Amino acid sequence: MTEQLDAGVVARQIKESDLLGGPGGGNEVGRARRRKEDARLVTGRTQWTDNIQLPGLLHVAFLRSPMAHARITRVDTSVARTQPGVVAVFSGADFAAEQGSLPCAWPVSEDIVIPDHPPMAVTEVRYAGEAVACVVATDRYKAADALDAIEIDYEPLDAVTDMTAALEDDSPKVHESGNKAFTWTFAQGDIDAAFRDAPVRVDRTYVQQRLIPSAMEPRAVVAQTDGDSFTLHSATQIPHILRVMLALTTGIPEHKLRVIAPDVGGGFGSKLQVTAEEVLCLLITRRLGKPVKWTESRSEGNLTVHHGRDQLQRISVAADADGRVRGVKVDLLADMGAYLMLVTPGVPLLGAFMYSGIYKMDAYDFTCTGVFTTKMPTDAYRGAGRPEATFAIERIMDELAAELGMDPIELRRRNWIGHTEFPYTTICGLTYDSGNYEAATDRALALFGYDKLRAEQADRRERDDPVQLGIGVSTYTEMCGLAPSRVLGSLSYGAGGWEHASVRVLPTGKVEVVTGTSPHGQGHETAWSQIVADALGVPFEDVAVIHGDTSSSHKGMDTYGSRSLVVGGVAVVQACEKVKEKAKQVAAHLMEASPDDVEFSRGEFRVRGTGTSRTIQEVALATFAAHDLPDGFEPRLDADATFDPDNFSFPHGTHLCAVEVDTETGATRIRSYVAVDDVGNVVNPLIVEGQVHGGIAQGIAQALFEEAVHDADGNLLTTTMADYLLPSAADLPAYTTDRTETPATTNPLGVKGVGEAGTIASTPAVVNAIVDALRPYGVRDVPMPCTPERVWRALGPARTTKSTDGGLS
Amino acid sequence: MSEGTARHVVTLVVNGVVREAAVPARRLLSDFLRHDLGLTGTHVGCEHGVCGACTVLLDGEPVRSCLTFAVTVDGHEVTTVEGLAEDGEPSPVQRGFTECHGLQCGFCTPGFLCTATAFLRDNPAPTDEEVLEAVAGNLCRCTGYQNILKAVHRAAEIQAETRGRPEPHGYGTLGGLADRGGRA
Repeated sequence: MTEQLDAGVVARQIKESDLLGGPGGGNEVGRARRRKEDARLVTGRTQWTDNIQLPGLLHVAFLRSPMAHARITRVDTSVARTQPGVVAVFSGADFAAEQGSLPCAWPVSEDIVIPDHPPMAVTEVRYAGEAVACVVATDRYKAADALDAIEIDYEPLDAVTDMTAALEDDSPKVHESGNKAFTWTFAQGDIDAAFRDAPVRVDRTYVQQRLIPSAMEPRAVVAQTDGDSFTLHSATQIPHILRVMLALTTGIPEHKLRVIAPDVGGGFGSKLQVTAEEVLCLLITRRLGKPVKWTESRSEGNLTVHHGRDQLQRISVAADADGRVRGVKVDLLADMGAYLMLVTPGVPLLGAFMYSGIYKMDAYDFTCTGVFTTKMPTDAYRGAGRPEATFAIERIMDELAAELGMDPIELRRRNWIGHTEFPYTTICGLTYDSGNYEAATDRALALFGYDKLRAEQADRRERDDPVQLGIGVSTYTEMCGLAPSRVLGSLSYGAGGWEHASVRVLPTGKVEVVTGTSPHGQGHETAWSQIVADALGVPFEDVAVIHGDTSSSHKGMDTYGSRSLVVGGVAVVQACEKVKEKAKQVAAHLMEASPDDVEFSRGEFRVRGTGTSRTIQEVALATFAAHDLPDGFEPRLDADATFDPDNFSFPHGTHLCAVEVDTETGATRIRSYVAVDDVGNVVNPLIVEGQVHGGIAQGIAQALFEEAVHDADGNLLTTTMADYLLPSAADLPAYTTDRTETPATTNPLGVKGVGEAGTIASTPAVVNAIVDALRPYGVRDVPMPCTPERVWRALGPARTTKSTDGGLS
Repeated sequence: MSEGTARHVVTLVVNGVVREAAVPARRLLSDFLRHDLGLTGTHVGCEHGVCGACTVLLDGEPVRSCLTFAVTVDGHEVTTVEGLAEDGEPSPVQRGFTECHGLQCGFCTPGFLCTATAFLRDNPAPTDEEVLEAVAGNLCRCTGYQNILKAVHRAAEIQAETRGRPEPHGYGTLGGLADRGGRA
């Protein structure tokens, strides 16, 4: 271990010293600053979309299809229109001429079918919960009341709920064109050669269950117009993208449309969307000339916020007898749901390049088929494609280890990219710029007490203890920092992946930063302030961060895909550099020196070798006064920067999980959980640790608790938080977290992104542990979520007849 | 289901101030606080009593305001997140959550703060198990809870350091108002 640590990698945890910074800036990055955001958030001085009250504000309630698939044969809104407080009632027919189609920005293949997706159904509904009518009334209660008075007749059609069945010739069709949305393939190396005569081959099928993202703040929309221009407040992650897309969808000219994401209460991908309700609220306000608000109920949200995951993964690995991986084959079915929303078909592609994980191999073959079903569309959910890929490769590596009778850590050591081999171009064609899997793994093993736990496991097996111990390994990597625009273009995505920042030094030396990122819990105001404080040598407190309003932040690509720091943070750095260069010109002029003789440090410009200096605050005031500036110098200390990365970033880490499994009841208990992540340089360790904790929790939730369940008719059964089990504090373990720091080489901050790492890493770690505990009983998989019942069923008759061959039945 | 037009006058003390409004019988306390009184610090996460984001203190005890009708709190005292600060300074619980990074998006936070405030009043020196149980009825999607548990412990420390200061609003000192509703 020490050998690896000596290789320039420093393992560290938050220490008291992290809380301390130096005077005058220069030490902010890396410091565990408490968040600027919190003073407002802990006192209720917040600005959620649902808080907004406007004169004459009307409230919208949506009537939603009670069936997964049906033809709409009759709509009668006449009685509803007479209900108390009702201002207007609309059905799909009322919007048919103007509502357009909800956008899909990622037509992944030539053969893709992108069906028309009306925000409000007109003739046919294709998932339970699809909006079919709405009431606009003077208050929310009255609007909800009047929904009962709308009469709609449906002619039921067959639901399509199973992806495999959906692809059969005789399946009922979701759309006339059929149930296949696209096929996307990718192949590298000679896969037949890799599998031909391979001494070991393991084939598995894994089910990524459907998940409901469940941000704590329900979606809300407020739309208003002055008759000419429109303002839309929305609980969205993507105010900038939303503006462009709404302009294209509704025909409202882009310059007449302002989109604001005020305080937003979590997203996890679910608010990376252009929703039916956003479009319809705009259309209603355009129709009525009055402001309208819609706030979803949680049950409405479970039905109609896009869902996540829902893939069927067939994966095969071929290896030599010594464990060297020869090749990996993946055949994926991805449930699109009823329509293709903003990036629905692209989600599995984000995983397509990650099935090789951190391992070297000769060949890789990937096929993904997107399938339509009569369910809510799927789309990005924390990790988006990468958790699925990581789960499959990390699960099957443990299976391969079992097949070989090899320790899963040893198998990984034999296959991973060594820290001296970076930069390394993987079989999937990605160039991993940096990493040190040895260091992270060694650190994790030490913190976990791996050998001791293995000894306890052996002892429990020996004793036939009804409570068995399993150890799960996940040595993950991911691609973050979405994304190089050229790469997105080559994958047929509809936009680029750059990010924008403006930095302006005000006359008093205070600094405003306008960022194109759109935080919803991440703490950008704090982290960006730390970056600027160091770059310009101003106090942390003197920096304000402005975001989320297209009228003040005119340019941005918003927040998702662990991109904000890696792309947006770098834009902030670059804008600061430009500002500093301008200030240097002024400072030199004021000090009657050549700019070449002026150096900058901690907020001061100094003439080299003299005692003469000017602070950046003095320079700011002098620039504002503009009385004595260099000839031709524009009197402003501000600059814009737009950063488009050349490469993704590749955080990695090793997560180890120990689970006790009661073989008599199926109950599981996470005994210990260790995460050592390498997210490159860290701007704020407090925030990074928080992201890791929350990410791990969501990944564990997929492994153990959460599943969106539909009945055979396509009705969602998990419409409440009582039915869809989000873990509480009592359901989750304490996490031991640590970091190694191998800086990214592809951006000046050396950062890699951290928003999704925990979620990507933890799901396979937990399931690997459960399967590891049960392997002596012949168990090779437990479908997620691994509830006690599922664990108990997986044990089956083996509960009493332990396999004698090590479980490899 | 028709609402009817009957309105009921509700008089109560919110964060130390006597407030009065006429509301329909079915008006939820959460909506009453947010939209009738403009106290938007109380958040509604599920409207079916699971997530706990809407938790407020009713006569000092945590309740789900989304499962409480406004008319039932007539004559009582309600404390919301806006009323937790003491003499303009953040309360020990508010400080604990800030110091320990016990929040990210902040949407669930007011519910946790109210829950923890009542808990630490009754149990100023809790064990790990007791803290876990105290907050297990509130859901957070961002933090993974570890820092929330830390924050409650830290709040207990701060509370102990500052003990001796008066309770924020003097629970049970409503005089005539408290007797009208029959619960206090």
